[in-house]
Amino acid sequence: MKSPPQKTYDVVVVGGGPAGLAAALGAGDAGAEDILIVDRETEAGGILNQCIHSGFGLHHFKEELTGPEYAERFIQSVLSRQITILTDSYVLNIAPDLHIEVISGDYGHLQVQAKSVVLAMGCRERTRGAIRIPGFRPAGVMTAGLAQKMVNMKGLLPGRRIAILGSGDIGLIMARRLMLEGCEVVGVYELMPFSNGLTRNLVQCLDDFAIPLRLSTTVAFIHGRDRVQRLTMAPIDDQLMPILNQSWQIACDTLLLSIGLIPENELSTRLRLKMDPATGGPQVTSTLETSLPGVFACGNVLHVHDLVDFVTEEALRAGRFAAEVARGRRRPGDNISLQTGENIASCVPHSLSPDREQVIYLRVKRPLKDCVLTIGDRYEKVFRMLIPSEMIRLTLGPEILDRYFGEHLKIEVHPGEVKNG
Amino acid sequence: MYDVIIIGGGIVGCALARELSRYRIRVALLEREVEVGFGTSKTNSGIIHAGHHAHPDTLKGQLEWIGNQMWDDLARDLNFGFSRIGELLLAMQTEDLNHLEELKKQGERKGVTGLEMWSPKRLRQEEPNLSHDILQALHAPTAGVANPYEACFGLIECAQQNGVELFCGQSVLSITREDDGLLIHTSRQQFRGRFILNAAGVFADQVAAMVGADDFKILPRKGEEYMLDRRLQGIVTRLIFPTSTASSKGVLIIPTVDGTIMVGPTAEDVNDREDLSTTFSGADKVFTAVRRYCPAISERDTITEFAGLRAVADSNDFVIGPSPIKGFFNVAGIQSPGLTAAPAIATYVAKMLRGEGLVLDEKTDWQAKIEGPPRFALMSAEERRAAICRDPAFGRVVCRCELVTEAEVLYAIKHGARTLDGIKFRVRAGMGRCQGGFCTSRVLDLLSSTLGVPLTELTKRGRGSELFYPRDDRIAPGGGL
Ligand SMILES: Cc1cc2nc3c(=O)[nH]c(=O)nc-3n(C[C@H](O)[C@H](O)[C@H](O)COP(=O)(O)OP(=O)(O)OC[C@H]3O[C@@H](n4cnc5c(N)ncnc54)[C@H](O)[C@@H]3O)c2cc1C
Ligand SMILES: Cc1cc2nc3c(=O)[nH]c(=O)nc-3n(C[C@H](O)[C@H](O)[C@H](O)COP(=O)(O)OP(=O)(O)OC[C@H]3O[C@@H](n4cnc5c(N)ncnc54)[C@H](O)[C@@H]3O)c2cc1C
Repeated sequence: MKSPPQKTYDVVVVGGGPAGLAAALGAGDAGAEDILIVDRETEAGGILNQCIHSGFGLHHFKEELTGPEYAERFIQSVLSRQITILTDSYVLNIAPDLHIEVISGDYGHLQVQAKSVVLAMGCRERTRGAIRIPGFRPAGVMTAGLAQKMVNMKGLLPGRRIAILGSGDIGLIMARRLMLEGCEVVGVYELMPFSNGLTRNLVQCLDDFAIPLRLSTTVAFIHGRDRVQRLTMAPIDDQLMPILNQSWQIACDTLLLSIGLIPENELSTRLRLKMDPATGGPQVTSTLETSLPGVFACGNVLHVHDLVDFVTEEALRAGRFAAEVARGRRRPGDNISLQTGENIASCVPHSLSPDREQVIYLRVKRPLKDCVLTIGDRYEKVFRMLIPSEMIRLTLGPEILDRYFGEHLKIEVHPGEVKNG
Repeated sequence: MYDVIIIGGGIVGCALARELSRYRIRVALLEREVEVGFGTSKTNSGIIHAGHHAHPDTLKGQLEWIGNQMWDDLARDLNFGFSRIGELLLAMQTEDLNHLEELKKQGERKGVTGLEMWSPKRLRQEEPNLSHDILQALHAPTAGVANPYEACFGLIECAQQNGVELFCGQSVLSITREDDGLLIHTSRQQFRGRFILNAAGVFADQVAAMVGADDFKILPRKGEEYMLDRRLQGIVTRLIFPTSTASSKGVLIIPTVDGTIMVGPTAEDVNDREDLSTTFSGADKVFTAVRRYCPAISERDTITEFAGLRAVADSNDFVIGPSPIKGFFNVAGIQSPGLTAAPAIATYVAKMLRGEGLVLDEKTDWQAKIEGPPRFALMSAEERRAAICRDPAFGRVVCRCELVTEAEVLYAIKHGARTLDGIKFRVRAGMGRCQGGFCTSRVLDLLSSTLGVPLTELTKRGRGSELFYPRDDRIAPGGGL
């Protein structure tokens, strides 16, 4: 067994996906010297390694890259900076004093001490159990992400005739991939009255391939003892329960689930970080620091993003702030807490400080037309259309907040308040 | 020629196999599925019943209490999860109070120890998350929870270690009588045996019919169970039973031996012996019932659900003993508390075999214990370090939700796991929150490389449940678009 890199690091980054890679780069930019990235996969890159379609990097690089290409650019920068990446290694535990326990195929059981930690563990997919579909438990029911991994990384098909429940982006992208692989995609079915995918994916993955999307519909029963044979589909009522006397059956051998992502928060909860039920991730300040000083979070472990470019941007900042804390520098604490109004589903960060530019990400609860977004009485912006699947990004300059004397700011969207013109 | 052939590798068949492995006889076990424990023994509540529930005049009532007392030794020898967490039977209405008294008396008559009535005050101290409307509870400290499939795997591993031959993927199709015994035809080969023990679960009447020994019928009774998120861990610390009805013990709250909370089962007579489906109405029954005594439990916390079939005989009791056909024994109708009773059933049957003239000489080198699978998640930091030093495969995490390492998956394959479910039930990979989203591809890689089987031939739980298909090379990339 090799001798383990056991020592004290300025910044330890947990997870080597796009968030972890950018966080390490951000930490390096801010002067951190010893930086360690730990990832449990054999290669860094996170979920991007299985996303072989293009569409990554339009904001960050102003070009259209595939997932692995996007990751590769960051991996190269990280390697050129002498940041240590420990792959095939799993962070088991982080103690409140930032003593970190890692197990690794190559190094065995490792202990490292961090001055600050960036959580970048990504997210996981919601599964069948989370939405309670009755019926049998045959082979052929799987998450869209698992199917994506098997198709793109192992060259295997999840089935031949496929139904997809949930219109999340991974499901939409898999609908197209499986058509290209010669499978039949019978349709995409969505519980809500609106899609959960990006508009561009609805167009490029479904419309272009004539795959039907049925809204307000769910799977009411899975048939087939060994392998999926049929599904009972049903429209839903306003309680989101299936209306069984209007059900119909479809024949297929596979049901892919694209029913949402949740932050991977085993470590966050074990650290007893204050969590936000709306995002499923930890609460953070405007410097992306969690309720435990010295622990930062970014990327999908903080809140689920739809564009990797925003992950990168957020993670660069998290890394920078983590490095500052590791080197003994602290920005003034936040003194304004952000409160969400009734049309806002979630909002990150959870508090603000007037001393520098603030970046705010938020999502609305349902599609809203012609609306005005307000932040207290400090800020107003008009939007023609807001949908839950597209995250809204705002920046607030210091000039907006520096003469604000309250403790709370309410962030809200007011639909239908914009007149034509 | 085998001395004894056991048909069916559920908890009963596996317990029989281990019991008979003590003696100098040749024993085979034939199981239809690719692995043992894939029938009802994998889909139950995992409760080792306290001993007072079933009436002492019934066979199940007698074997329940004898069986209960055998689980500590079994769990220690076979190294599977078992814990006597105790049971609380709740009285919600004044009518129920009588029932509690009767059960207490019945238990005491059977010799069940420690039965005690708890006042609402005591109950509130011990289980603060239960409803405050409960009038009284009967506490039974002898009740426990076990991991039923781990028990099956442990029993069979021990039996095999002591010479029992296991044949999986062998469905018994017919049985013919011969002068000196019986000839079994399976889907693959033939087996000759002097004694045959029919432990085929819900199919036992069909197997018995193959030799005309079917003077009983099996009426499958389905039970649905709902596993809840870790969030609710500790909401109750004991088994919670409502006052029961005639057909079942009602909907229970079960703190499983792994710490998760499960609620169920329902009890519904079904015709189809393969109907393992869960239903909206089943879920509704379970959660409506449970909320009456534990309001904090919600359907939204479900992480997975399953159904099992109780093999209820028309006599509503276990059907154990020789049949009119010489050498053919039924060990059938093993409904609840069949898990609890299984070890007692095994010794009971061994005694009967001796009575029928089978010579049972004890082996001098019989080994009661097995090494048992390693469990990284349960090791201390020191043990983990040592394990990784010994075998670097302990340093590779396969399942993050349950913290399962590659070494544990390889151990499971070495001991008979052939399918994704087989791995899941042996090592828990895929049982946690993500339900296999992350570990499935790793587990499949390990199965494929260790067994030398292509990924496309791997199944969820046996033939017909293949998981992935090969790319169709006739279709040009781009699918002709
Ligand atoms: C299945 C799936 C498919 C997706 N497809 C797309 C897509 O097609 N297009 C798109 O724009 N977005 C997609 N997304 C969203 C995408 O995840 C994000 O845009 C981005 O990859 C998130 O980056 P991240 O670094 O936060 O997380 P990830 O990319 O998930 O990286 C997290 C990393 O942390 C590691 N890790 C976790 N826990 C530990 C631990 N305890 N110890 C060590 N390492 C750990 C993981 O192995 C992983 O490598 C997808 C998400 C999922 C889950
Ligand atoms: C929902 C539910 C909850 C329960 N909870 C409890 C509990 O908490 N405590 C308790 O004590 N009991 C409980 N029980 C009862 C307990 O699970 C059963 O009594 C026990 O598992 C029966 O074991 P078995 O070996 O007889 O049957 P099985 O496990 O069904 O084994 C029979 C085996 O025979 C095989 N077989 C069938 N036909 C053939 C053939 N032709 N050739 C070869 N092999 C064949 C099958 O594949 C199967 O593996 C519960 C039952 C259910 C359904």
